[in-house]
Amino acid sequence: MTKFSIIIPLAALALAGCQSNSGNGNQAASGGITGAGSTFVYPVLSAWSADYSQSNGTKVNYQSIGSGGGIAQIKAGTVDFGASDKPLDPKELASSGLVQFPVVIGGVVPVVNIAGIDAGKLKLTGPVLADIFAGKVKKWNDPAIVSINPGVPLPGADIAVVHRSDGSGTSFNFTHYLSQVSPTWKSGPGEGTSVQWPTGVGGKGNEGVAAYVRQLPNSIGYVEYAYVVQNHMHWTSVQNASGKFVAPRAASFQAAAAGADWTHAQDFDLVMTNASGADAYPITASTFVLMHRQPRDKGRSDAAIAFFKWALEKGQPQAQKLDYVPLPSPLVQQIETYMGQNIK
Amino acid sequence: MRDEAVSEGAAPVAVRGTVVDRLYGLTTAGAAWLVLALLAGAAVSMLWGGRQAFETFGLGFITSRDWNPVELKFGAFVPIYGTLVTSAIALVIAIPVSIGIGLFLTDIAPRWIRGPIAIAIELLAAIPSIIYGMWGLFVFAPFMGAHVEPWLNDHLGNNAIIGPLFSGPPIGIGMLTAGIVLGIMIIPFISSVARDVFNAVPPALKEAAVALGSTRWEILSRVTLPYTRSAIVGAIFLGLGRALGETMAVTFVLGNAHDLSASLLMPSNSIAAAIANEFTEADTDLYRSSLIALAFLLFVVTLIVLAIAKLMLVRMDRAFGRTH
Repeated sequence: MTKFSIIIPLAALALAGCQSNSGNGNQAASGGITGAGSTFVYPVLSAWSADYSQSNGTKVNYQSIGSGGGIAQIKAGTVDFGASDKPLDPKELASSGLVQFPVVIGGVVPVVNIAGIDAGKLKLTGPVLADIFAGKVKKWNDPAIVSINPGVPLPGADIAVVHRSDGSGTSFNFTHYLSQVSPTWKSGPGEGTSVQWPTGVGGKGNEGVAAYVRQLPNSIGYVEYAYVVQNHMHWTSVQNASGKFVAPRAASFQAAAAGADWTHAQDFDLVMTNASGADAYPITASTFVLMHRQPRDKGRSDAAIAFFKWALEKGQPQAQKLDYVPLPSPLVQQIETYMGQNIK
Repeated sequence: MRDEAVSEGAAPVAVRGTVVDRLYGLTTAGAAWLVLALLAGAAVSMLWGGRQAFETFGLGFITSRDWNPVELKFGAFVPIYGTLVTSAIALVIAIPVSIGIGLFLTDIAPRWIRGPIAIAIELLAAIPSIIYGMWGLFVFAPFMGAHVEPWLNDHLGNNAIIGPLFSGPPIGIGMLTAGIVLGIMIIPFISSVARDVFNAVPPALKEAAVALGSTRWEILSRVTLPYTRSAIVGAIFLGLGRALGETMAVTFVLGNAHDLSASLLMPSNSIAAAIANEFTEADTDLYRSSLIALAFLLFVVTLIVLAIAKLMLVRMDRAFGRTH
C-alpha cells in the first residue's frame, strides 16, 4: 500500500507533465514549421532556425533524414518543406505539385592521404579522377597523374579508393561531375545518389569517408567542403572547364554559382558541376528546398517562405561561419520572384 | 484415515487449483504462441515488402552479383556471401578460444582468479557493438593493415591452394578484419555458456576418469565435451546468430563494397550492413523493396543455419547412442 501511495501521485505528476508538454508541442507546431531531408544542409538550417526563432518567434524543426527521405516526406505532405541535394526535374515537380529553389552552395572535394603530400599540393583533372574511381589508374605514380603534377613526390603505391556506402547528394554531385568529364564513366557507373562503384571501400556519411581516408595510407575519397575545413584534410585542386586548376574555397564556389545559367533553368533544375568561368570550382553543388505549389496550410507555408527569405537575405554570416557559401544576390532576387509567382 | 481426511479437506482447493492451472497453462501457451505469431508476422511482412524485388528479379535476386541503383539491377549474392564468410571466420576464432576459456575457468584456473576473469568476460558482452566498430576502425584495422596482412601476403599469398584467400592490397579493412572483430564480440556469449555447462558436469564422472588414469585432454575429449555437447552447440549457434545479424561493428570495418572477391583481405558487404547503409537514401521503390528482400533473405539464411545446427545435433546424438 505504501508503495502504491507513492507511485500514484508520481504517475499523476508524470501524466500531467506529458500533457503540458504535448500542449506546448502543439502550440509550437501551429506556430512553427517542419522540414526534412538533406543531411548536408542540416548544420546551417539549425543555426538559421535558432537565430530566426529568437528574432521572429517562429520555430523551424528540421529532421536530417537524407535527401531521398526529404523528397518522400514533402510529396506525402507530412512536412512543410523538404530539402534535397539533387534537384528534381520540372516534370516531376509539376506532377507532384512542388516548387524548388536552391538555398546554399557547397562543394565536393577530393581528399587524399599520401605521405609527404600536403593539402593543395596535388592536382587532378576530371578524366584522371574518373579513371582513379573506375579503378583504371591503379598507382599514384601512374603517368596520367605524374604528367599533371611535375615535381610532386608521388609514391609507387596502390591507390585505395574510398566512396560513400550510403546514398547521398554528395555522391550524386560527384558522379554527375565524373559523368560530364568522362564518357566511359557516363556509360559505366553513371550518376546517382548511389552507384555501382567499380572499386574501393565504402564509408557511411561524410564522416565515414573522412575516417577511412585518414586510416588508409595512399587513399583518395570525396567529402563535403565543410568537412575538409573542419578536419584539416588534404584536399586536391581540380581542373575546371576552362582548363585552370582551382582550389576548393568559398570564392571558387561562388564563381561557379555566378557562372551557372540560372536564368534559363526552369524551376532551378540545374546541377552546377563543371560550370564555366575561369575561377569556377568544377564540383560545386547546392541544396534545394522543395515546397508545395498549393499548400494545405497557407499559414505554415507563408511562415516557411518568410523563413527562407530571411535566411537568403540575412543568413550569410551563419552560413559562412559553418563553411557554407551563400547564394549570389542576383540569384536570391530570382528565387524571391519565383517564390512569389509560384507558391499560392 | 489420515489420507482420507487430507483428501476431503483438499477437494475445493483442488477444484480451484484446476482453474488456476488452466489459466496458468493458457497464459504460458499464449506467451509461447505469441513468439511464433511475431516470427511469422515479421517474415510475412518482410516478404511482402520485398515482393517487388522478388517479382522483378525472381531467383536471380539470390544469384546475381549486381547492385546497381542507377540501372535498378539488384542481386543479393555479395551481401549473402559476405555475411556467411565473416560469420565463419568469427566462429573459427571464437569456438576454440571460448571453449578454452570455459575449461580454464572450471578446471585449471586457481579458484581466486575465476571470479574476476568470468566477470571480465561478461563485461565484454556488455560493450555496445558500435564501440567494437570504432575500435575496429581506429585501432585494429590499421594494425591489421600494417602488420598482419602484409605478413599474410608474403607467407600465404603465394600458396597454390589458400593463396587466393590472402592476396590483394593490405588495406586493413575487409572480410578478415570484420570476421576477427565479430569473433571477439561473440566470445563472451559462447564462453559464458561453456563455463556454466562445464561446471554442471557431475564431478563423479571426472573423478572416475581420473581414477582410470585419464589425462586432462582425455577428460575433456571423452567426458566433458560429450556430456555437454548439445549445450555447447547451442551456445555456438547463439553466437553465430549474433554474428550473422551484427550491423554496426561490421559496417565500420567491412568496407561496404558490393564486390565479390576470393581474397579475405578485400572489402565486401553484409546483409545487415547494406540495409543500415542504404535504407535511408533508397529513393526508388524497387531499391527499397530490394533492401527489404535482403532482410527477408537474412531471415532465411539464419533459419537455414539453425536448422543445419539442429540436424547436426540429432545426428551426433544418434552416433553417440543418446536419445535425449
